[in-house]
Amino acid sequence: MKSLEELAQIRERMKNKVALREANGEIRIVVGMATCGIAAGARPVLNALVESVVKEDLKNVTVTQTGCIGMCRLEPIVEVFAPDQDRVTYVKMTPDKVPEIIEKHIKGGHPVTKYTIGAVEN
Amino acid sequence: MKELSLNILDVAKNSVKAEASLIEIELIETEKTLLIRIKDDGYGMDKEFLSRVLDPFSTSRTTRKVGLGLPLLKLAAEQTEGSLSISSVPRGGDQPSGTTVEAFFHKDHIDFTPLGDIVSTIELLIQGNPDIDFRFVHTMPDKEVSLDTRELREVLGDEVPLNDFAVLSWIRGSLEEQYEEQGSNPDME
Repeated sequence: MKSLEELAQIRERMKNKVALREANGEIRIVVGMATCGIAAGARPVLNALVESVVKEDLKNVTVTQTGCIGMCRLEPIVEVFAPDQDRVTYVKMTPDKVPEIIEKHIKGGHPVTKYTIGAVEN
Repeated sequence: MKELSLNILDVAKNSVKAEASLIEIELIETEKTLLIRIKDDGYGMDKEFLSRVLDPFSTSRTTRKVGLGLPLLKLAAEQTEGSLSISSVPRGGDQPSGTTVEAFFHKDHIDFTPLGDIVSTIELLIQGNPDIDFRFVHTMPDKEVSLDTRELREVLGDEVPLNDFAVLSWIRGSLEEQYEEQGSNPDME
C-alpha cells in the first residue's frame, strides 16, 4: 500500500517550490462540473487536464472546477484564463482534444481556435 | 448518467454547497446489492425544502430553477427496484446539522448502472475542494478500500494543499493499489 511516508516526502519537496510558483504569471484552466457538464463527459476531460499538467510538470498552471456556465448544450466546457489574453472558451470538449490544447495553447500561447465556442457556433 | 460514480460526484457537490467541512462517501456492497451513502455536516435542509428536494423542478440554485442531481440518482436507484432516502437536520437547532442521502440498488437488475470510475470521482472531489475533508469507504464482500483526507492533512501540514498535483497522484495511486491489491478490480472505465 502507498505509504504516508511518501506524502511526507512530497511535503519536504514542496517547501522549496512555493516561491518559484508565485514568480510566474499564472494560467487558470476552469472546467464546468455541474450536472450538465458531468453528464456530458466533463470528468474524463478534467482528469486528462490534471494528468497533462502533472506529466508536463507545468508549474504556473492551475486547474479548477466551476458550476454551470449556462450553455449546457455545449458542455463539456473548458475555459482558459491566461495573463494578457482574452478568456478562451473551449466547448464540446473530449479528452482527445486535451494534448493539443496543452501543447499549443497552455505551453505555446496560441489558442486552438477550431475547438472554441466561436468556431463551433458559426 | 452512464456511471453511478458520476451521480456521486454530482450529488456530493450539494454537500459542498451546503458548506460542509466533512463529506463521507460510503459504498456498501454485497453480492447482489449496493448502498451508496453520502453524508455531510453542512447546513442541512428544513422540512419544507426536504419535501420537494426530489422534484426535478426544485433547486437551491438561484440562476435557474431546475436541479437534477438528486432526481437522477433517485431514478438510477428506482430503475433497479431500489430506493433513495434523504434525512436532514437544518442548522440552528439543538442537533448538529447535516444531510444524509442513501441510495439502494439491486446490482443484478438489468437496469443497474455500473459504478464506474469511482477513483476519478474521489480524486476530483478532493481536487476541486481542497479545504473540505473527505472520508471514503468502499466495503465489498472480499475487501475494503478507504481514504480519509484528515489523515493526509496531518502528514502534509499546512503548507501543502490537498489539491497539489503530487498529492492527487498519491491519492489516485493509493486508491488504485487498494482496489488491485486484495483481489478483483471494481469495473473501471
